[in-house]
Amino acid sequence: MTMTPVVEVKNLKTYFNTPEGLGRAVDNVSFSIERGRTLALVGESGCGKSVTALSIIQLIPRPQGFIAGGEVLLNGRDIIPLGEREKRKIRGNKISMIFQEPMTSLNPVLTIGSQITEAIKLHQGKSSSEARAKAVDMLEKVRLPEPGRMFHEYPHRLSGGMRQRVMIAIALSCRPDLLIADEPTTALDVTIQAEILNLIKELQREISTAVLLITHNLAVVYRNAENVGVMYGGKIVEMAGVKTLFRNPMHPYTLKLLRCVPGMEKRGRMLDTIPGTVPPPTEFPEGCRFSGRCHREMEGCGTIEPALSEKENGHAAACHLYDPEFMNKPLSRPLLALESARPAPVNVPHEKRTTILEVQDLKYYYPVKKGVFKKTSGYLKAVDGISLTIKKGSTLALVGESGCGKTTAGKAMIQLLKPTGGTVVFDGKEVTGMTPRGIKPYRSLMQIIFQDPYSSLNPRLMVGEIIEEGLKSLRPEMDGKARREKLSRILDMVGLTPDMMRRYPHEFSGGQRQRIGIARVLVVDPRFIVCDEATSALDVSVQAQILNLLKSIQRDFGLSFLFITHDLSRVEYIADEVAVMYGGKIVERGTVEEIFSSPKDPYTVKLLSAVPRIETV
Amino acid sequence: MPVILATDLIIYAVFLATVFLAFSAGRGDGYLKQVWRHIRKDRLAVASMLVLLAYGGVALMDSIRWRDPVVAEDGKMARTAEGEKIFSAEPLSLLDRALSGVKEKTEKTFSAPLARRLFVKETMEPQDGKAVGAGLQVIRDYPPLKYPGTHLLGTDKVGGDVLFASLKGIRTGVVIGTGTTVIIIPFAILFGVMAGYFGGVTDDVIQYVYTTLSSIPGVLLIVAFMLIFGGGGYEGGLVTERNLLWGFFVPGDRLFWLCVIMGITSWTDLCRIIRGETLKLRELEYVQAAKAFGVSRPRIIARHIVPNVMHLVLITLVLQFSGLVLAEAVLSYIGIGVSPQMGSWGNMINTARLELSREPAVWWNLASAFAFMFALVLPANIFGDAVRDALDPRLRMGRR
Repeated sequence: MTMTPVVEVKNLKTYFNTPEGLGRAVDNVSFSIERGRTLALVGESGCGKSVTALSIIQLIPRPQGFIAGGEVLLNGRDIIPLGEREKRKIRGNKISMIFQEPMTSLNPVLTIGSQITEAIKLHQGKSSSEARAKAVDMLEKVRLPEPGRMFHEYPHRLSGGMRQRVMIAIALSCRPDLLIADEPTTALDVTIQAEILNLIKELQREISTAVLLITHNLAVVYRNAENVGVMYGGKIVEMAGVKTLFRNPMHPYTLKLLRCVPGMEKRGRMLDTIPGTVPPPTEFPEGCRFSGRCHREMEGCGTIEPALSEKENGHAAACHLYDPEFMNKPLSRPLLALESARPAPVNVPHEKRTTILEVQDLKYYYPVKKGVFKKTSGYLKAVDGISLTIKKGSTLALVGESGCGKTTAGKAMIQLLKPTGGTVVFDGKEVTGMTPRGIKPYRSLMQIIFQDPYSSLNPRLMVGEIIEEGLKSLRPEMDGKARREKLSRILDMVGLTPDMMRRYPHEFSGGQRQRIGIARVLVVDPRFIVCDEATSALDVSVQAQILNLLKSIQRDFGLSFLFITHDLSRVEYIADEVAVMYGGKIVERGTVEEIFSSPKDPYTVKLLSAVPRIETV
Repeated sequence: MPVILATDLIIYAVFLATVFLAFSAGRGDGYLKQVWRHIRKDRLAVASMLVLLAYGGVALMDSIRWRDPVVAEDGKMARTAEGEKIFSAEPLSLLDRALSGVKEKTEKTFSAPLARRLFVKETMEPQDGKAVGAGLQVIRDYPPLKYPGTHLLGTDKVGGDVLFASLKGIRTGVVIGTGTTVIIIPFAILFGVMAGYFGGVTDDVIQYVYTTLSSIPGVLLIVAFMLIFGGGGYEGGLVTERNLLWGFFVPGDRLFWLCVIMGITSWTDLCRIIRGETLKLRELEYVQAAKAFGVSRPRIIARHIVPNVMHLVLITLVLQFSGLVLAEAVLSYIGIGVSPQMGSWGNMINTARLELSREPAVWWNLASAFAFMFALVLPANIFGDAVRDALDPRLRMGRR
């Protein structure tokens, strides 16, 4: 069956004027979506996915951003030249959008009801009572409990998942022709993520709208889209049906992207990585945008731009690999053996390892204070009696949804927070209840790596000073020369160069900043490191680099990790043991194999079944 | 015999700090040098800095003063019965001495800028002595100035030079602006950071203090304070070698107490802002990381907290600076500002109130005070913004 597409984007170009020059954020992008179908745009951050979405709905931040060319046809009519009044009639009515952050996309001072009826009254010209009836109907459709009551609620009373349902209700209330979902589930827990995606899919079927799904999560794409466009450097580099793409990725970027994803089958091997990071739009290379990072780069790739063309039936890719003229060209650098072929870090069998950290009945309660005199009226039991052991040279993953107390538990273990109760024994010595002076020797042995590579480095200190801080505090006897030597050695180890010591954190990419964070910790010779979502804020190709780095330092130094995460694919890949946390308690513990093959606790079962998976790889 | 007021010490301190900063920025390749390199690229900021330096120079000149011995009629030093030297009651500053030509050339009353005649008509005898009809030989006309061409901005009611008065106002403005700031900064940063970082009882006490302070109407507090302390000064009595308090040092004048009380009433805003920011910073991961390294609390505060609230300090202070200079005018208007003899823009504006209601209006007094005030506040804002940007490594590198 052939249908006329609802939306057709032709040679769209969206450029940005920046102090560094012209940024070609979206450059010559074309695609179309038919009624009732879903097209997913995937790629790492900075590839132009969101700018493409904003260009379609005509909300490019002006005056820096502008559409430099191309057409956006909605039901056959180009909407770019329309006036602002016309465009407003389209937005929220014909094209609507769901954003990533449900916490900030609803206005906190208006009720849910008034925010839904606003769109209905505006675009459908309905009376207040009709709009109200319609809004309640929509709230029911997105399966919010008690829609009549919900209508009068304010956003702060709702959880993230519920707010995202409200956003969906608003977006679909006018039965749009196109729904743009920009990372709709990225900010949500994995169990809620699946529900939201299913809801979108169901409602899409009901009102047969076209969906443009924007995500960086390949597994989400696999389950929720019919067609996929892989974006890199403001261009679509590969476009195909979802099954075709995952079975037979043609573009080297797509291939690498799929291989970077950690998972059970990659355990014990190094992850495949893409060297470097996505360049900023002002520094995209001349020829193929992926040149410079590509493992199959040939002579000419850096100067001649490959066009997106159909290579097989319905499978298009923009790469010279499939170009007859390039067939016999030599590779510009030797084809590296895939990194995943590197030998597994061989360790002592898990059972024979000795214990480094033993946690018994650890509790951390936040006092809840009330009244003028701030009397403690109760306690919030963030961590409510957890026990676990971590063995030397091994990794324990602590998983659970946000707010379950995993970060608090990690901080209480290394005595960054003073536990309310329970004991932590590190290498045979009890560290709970130690005085600040007594704990100091253990500060270098137990360390923490944080999630956010932006807020974990003081923006006003140079990298050298940041890394040096721990040494100055914990090894005051070390002189400047010895310190500098140690610093350069560690920087080299984490893949940075010593000249970077005199630069400031903002000059580095997210991945490099995370390396700085790791260097800062390694420099004091720790034996146990808490990795608090250490790779969650990174793009998948960079995440692979960091996971490899963590794995290799574990092998080289016999370090033990507590790996706090919500992403189970990372757990399968890196952990030896898993502890599942729910509501401040550990509900299940065991080796990775045990937990993943035969989960016992109902929460673990739910968590595992909610994880989207790619089955064809 | 030199005379040093407490407010002079503020000016000297600011001067020394400027010299020190300039010296260390010019030397080596340190942090300050980088900051200066960034500021230097901004032409507007450099121009503003030059204006500020000029103001500072005038204020400094006006802060170096000494009393001349009184010379008796016979050309000898005047002495008391005990043989002590007598000094003039009014110490003259370097500025007074440099501009004595303008200062002493007073007219009879108002004259417009660059006028050749007075602003008001007088009854006078015709100058050439010719009789105009019968009876009294008088006419009414604008008399010519005694010193035409001297008074670029005209003269005030008692014939004093307006430009000179405005220049004298610079010291008052600079003292109020910087003196109050010098008092605000340590209070606000110390208490703000402590309240935010330590929390608990410390936070409660500090919050209690600044909530109480800011709930008392500021003007009332200032009035009460000035009535108690503002009486000091160096007026009164025959000035001889012996009866000068502490030799040459004059501990308090009204301007000094004005700075103190304005500092006390206005540190609370900044303190509140810093407390809020510290609460946020305290939970940031780089602070947590420092804690995990066992870094001591004073060091965390000095390295991680204070540098990251400095941008707020600068913004707030620059905004307050303008407010303070204006507040001086308001307080002089209600009669509790600096002493009326002291040159200040506030006093000028205060007197201009009546002058403006004349017909035709005497506008140059107000315009001149306003222009001088504007020329201090605007560059202070521009330069403050430039310094803030230069202190932020993100912006500093971004523009390079």
